[in-house]
Amino acid sequence: MGARRWRSGARRVRNTARVDVSRKRRIRFVVALSAAVLLAVALAYTSFSASSEAKTPSQLASTAQIGKTYQLTGKVVAGYTQVGNTTYFRVRDRSGAASVPVSYAGSLPDPFRAGREVVIDVRKVGGTYVGQKDSLVTKCPSKFSAAPTKRS
Amino acid sequence: MQLLVILLVLAGAVLVVAAPLRPGRQREEDLELAARRAALDAAKEAKYREIRDAEMDFRTGKLSDADWRVTDRALRAEAVELLRQLDDVDGRAEPLP
Amino acid sequence: MLVAGQACLIIALACAVYGIGASLYAATQGQRAWAVSGRRAVYAMAGAAAVAMLILEFAYYRSDFSFALVASNSSTTTPGFYRLTAMWSSQQGSLLLWLFLLGVWSSVILFATRHKLRELQPWATAILLGFGAFFASLLVFGESPFGRSPSPIPSEGVGLEPLLRNPSMMIHPPMLYSGYTMMTIPFAFAAAALITRKLDAEWIRSTRPFMLAAWAFLGFGIMLGARWSFSELGWGGYWAWDPVENASLMPWLTGTAFLHSVMIQERRGMLKIWNVSLVLASGILALLGTFLVRSGVLSSIHAFGASTLGVPFVLLIGAMIVLSIALVVRRAPLLKTEHRLDSLLSREAIFLLNNLVLVALCFVVFWGTFFPLISEAVTGTQSAVGPPWFDRYIVPLALVLVLLTGIGPVIAWRRATAANLRRNLLWPALAGGVLVLALALAGVSGSATALALFGLAGFVVAVIALEFYRGVRARRAMAGEAVPVALVSLVQRNRRRYGGYLVHVGVMVLFVGVAASSSFQAVHDVRISPHQTAKIGSYTFTYVRPTASLHAAANGRLEKISLGAIMRVRRDGGAPVTLDTSKDYFPSQDPTLGPVSRFFDGEATSEVGLKTGALRDLWAAVNPDTSRLAPIIRQGDQVFTKNGAGLTPGQANLFLAEALKGLTASYAKNPPPATFRLLVSPLVTWIWVGGLLILFGAIVAGWPTPRGMARRVSAAYAARVGREVRVPA
Repeated sequence: MGARRWRSGARRVRNTARVDVSRKRRIRFVVALSAAVLLAVALAYTSFSASSEAKTPSQLASTAQIGKTYQLTGKVVAGYTQVGNTTYFRVRDRSGAASVPVSYAGSLPDPFRAGREVVIDVRKVGGTYVGQKDSLVTKCPSKFSAAPTKRS
Repeated sequence: MQLLVILLVLAGAVLVVAAPLRPGRQREEDLELAARRAALDAAKEAKYREIRDAEMDFRTGKLSDADWRVTDRALRAEAVELLRQLDDVDGRAEPLP
Repeated sequence: MLVAGQACLIIALACAVYGIGASLYAATQGQRAWAVSGRRAVYAMAGAAAVAMLILEFAYYRSDFSFALVASNSSTTTPGFYRLTAMWSSQQGSLLLWLFLLGVWSSVILFATRHKLRELQPWATAILLGFGAFFASLLVFGESPFGRSPSPIPSEGVGLEPLLRNPSMMIHPPMLYSGYTMMTIPFAFAAAALITRKLDAEWIRSTRPFMLAAWAFLGFGIMLGARWSFSELGWGGYWAWDPVENASLMPWLTGTAFLHSVMIQERRGMLKIWNVSLVLASGILALLGTFLVRSGVLSSIHAFGASTLGVPFVLLIGAMIVLSIALVVRRAPLLKTEHRLDSLLSREAIFLLNNLVLVALCFVVFWGTFFPLISEAVTGTQSAVGPPWFDRYIVPLALVLVLLTGIGPVIAWRRATAANLRRNLLWPALAGGVLVLALALAGVSGSATALALFGLAGFVVAVIALEFYRGVRARRAMAGEAVPVALVSLVQRNRRRYGGYLVHVGVMVLFVGVAASSSFQAVHDVRISPHQTAKIGSYTFTYVRPTASLHAAANGRLEKISLGAIMRVRRDGGAPVTLDTSKDYFPSQDPTLGPVSRFFDGEATSEVGLKTGALRDLWAAVNPDTSRLAPIIRQGDQVFTKNGAGLTPGQANLFLAEALKGLTASYAKNPPPATFRLLVSPLVTWIWVGGLLILFGAIVAGWPTPRGMARRVSAAYAARVGREVRVPA
């Protein structure tokens, strides 16, 4: 009779050990999943708040708010001027004539010229748009190129 | 000239592709058995590597003597089981006619 | 030879389609002869693509402008080497290169494994040929490289995009495409393994080297692009979190994760679903990368407008995703784990964490890259995130990764002895701490994360150094060899482990280079005249004198005008360094422009003045002010049009050369102030050195052991005996 009691006791110990291990595993899984969810939420939240809206010149002209940064995409209009380190140029819609004035301080990327498509982060200051430092990107002309163009 | 190039490439492609399909080149094979044997062989190699790595871990001070002996014993038992399965597969190969 | 080239493409497509049929027939009917024929169809497809490429390259070399493609991106003034590599600077040529590399790598691997993975081979062949057929169809029915130039055939081509006239830029696409095409091979074998339910040890043993090779090529290609960006472009950076850069990084991250977690599956039969998903994801991401470069989907430096190839690629990638998910879900019961994690204090646990961090990194990159599309779907307007957002997440995750890299080597498999682990980590941790203290005391401050990285990197390098030391000591104890012999045999006998350690050292060197060059870089845009100086960091840059010259191509025609500057750089008390930077102006082919102004309205590239050093790089890029030259240019145009009508091309060329010589002399004699970007970047060379170390380590880790090879050969012989004995004479 004593042996039987011992045997059932041992079984109970074994069972609890197994339950413990599987509970530990479940806890680990929950922790890992929560960490992943937390990262994903942080990612999503900050991306929406840290992003700048992409706008064409015509969109920018009508809806730009002072002080907010936008990503402007468009083509460079011919006849830009340089005063010292700063370049003053206009950017127009890809297919259209509406254009906005932009000033950019810094060296221009190599492919920059009239008619080229550019991407630049700008902020509205008064009647003009000030380009953010190092944000001017000029795309290569329409023929496909396996290489990147210059960024300034 | 162009026609010659086209014909050469076409002929080359056809020859290369059709070669195995000629009659008399067929060979019977017990795919299932060969695949099982290959899988066990790969598992055996991996197991041997594990045993060597465990010894390396012990000798470079990552495992205590006691822990290593436990691991080594377990790994060798698993290796023995793999060898047994390999023998089993070999045994199932068709006997000579 | 236009027709011949197109015919080769059609033959390649036909081989691919035939091969798919033959392989599927072999797979479903068990007919080995058809499986062999299907595999040979891969060789034939590669061969046809190779001939097509040869025809195209020959046309480039001879400047045969009856080929529209040659006329559009090559010219007689393009140097010979760049004429050949110009082929893949175009959409059509790059697709042909992709097809060719897919054929070559698939052929190599299918040939090397022709006696193995018997059940998987036909399915994998069919899938690889499926990719081949896709690219061949794009070439045959969409963007053919063998289009004819409209008559009259032009006498001069447009010329190669000058930005691409750089050796690293020309090797970058083949390396990258090799990485991408090689990633499709494990994808194909993984899908085949799922279809045939043979996700076993043999699959792992074969997939690992494919993935390692793909990973190495891809990494090297990315490194080449970064180096080119730094040393050839005028912005002085090497990574911009541009969508196309990110697209090449993502499969590399999942590949890294796989190379670690596969070791867990090999040993414990765990993480089967995870591993096969990583392999499938890498293949999908590789195709996604190929697609992003040539689509207009995301606003990127690399992408251009809307391309007609967008839809087919989206369909292909969609099909890959659907197939992968369907296969994994259906075979999930088969992929049940054989064991569970024994202990959190084990190398398995560390590798698992490492995988989670790498996948998290990949997810961050993915989210940031596709955010414009995500935000458009959610809010209706496209918004983009910039590098600061990426850095915010990548940096802490990278720090965690580095920490894990230090713990991994000193923790045992299955279940580590805690006391031993503590002891093994103590000295390296102290080393890292001392390093941080020393750096802080030496005045390296201003970036806590950079300091943290230096400390952690020091910790990891100390761990690995100790590993080598202990390994050599163990080897000597076991075999009594001298130290150098022990070191060599240690690495030879444990290639994976010690090759892996070398890779980790390379990664640490690379990270240190990145941290130092991004946190402690000094960069200024200045506008100065000759003899003026600018102070960057602790260096003084002096504009010594301007340079101006003309360059002729091999055939005597004028290739470019070069306007630049000589800079002298010195630190207080140090020896002066000379930097030579210029801007090269290539003529445009616009006939409406005057012959002189044509030179200033074409493409311009910067030649960076770069002095690399072990501790810091000195970098200068000039942007000459050509507005002062405008009146001279106009004058030159007028003179030319007035007198140029009756001249032969040879005389006109000489006249033009004289005019341009006068122009350049005028610039050199009376230079206006020029705009310079001046940069002092600490430890940036460590990035390239680290990259090379990674490649070296990967080669060591992946090199097949002679014993293994011998065993495989004898296994093939044994199999043959087994076969032949059973066939009656």
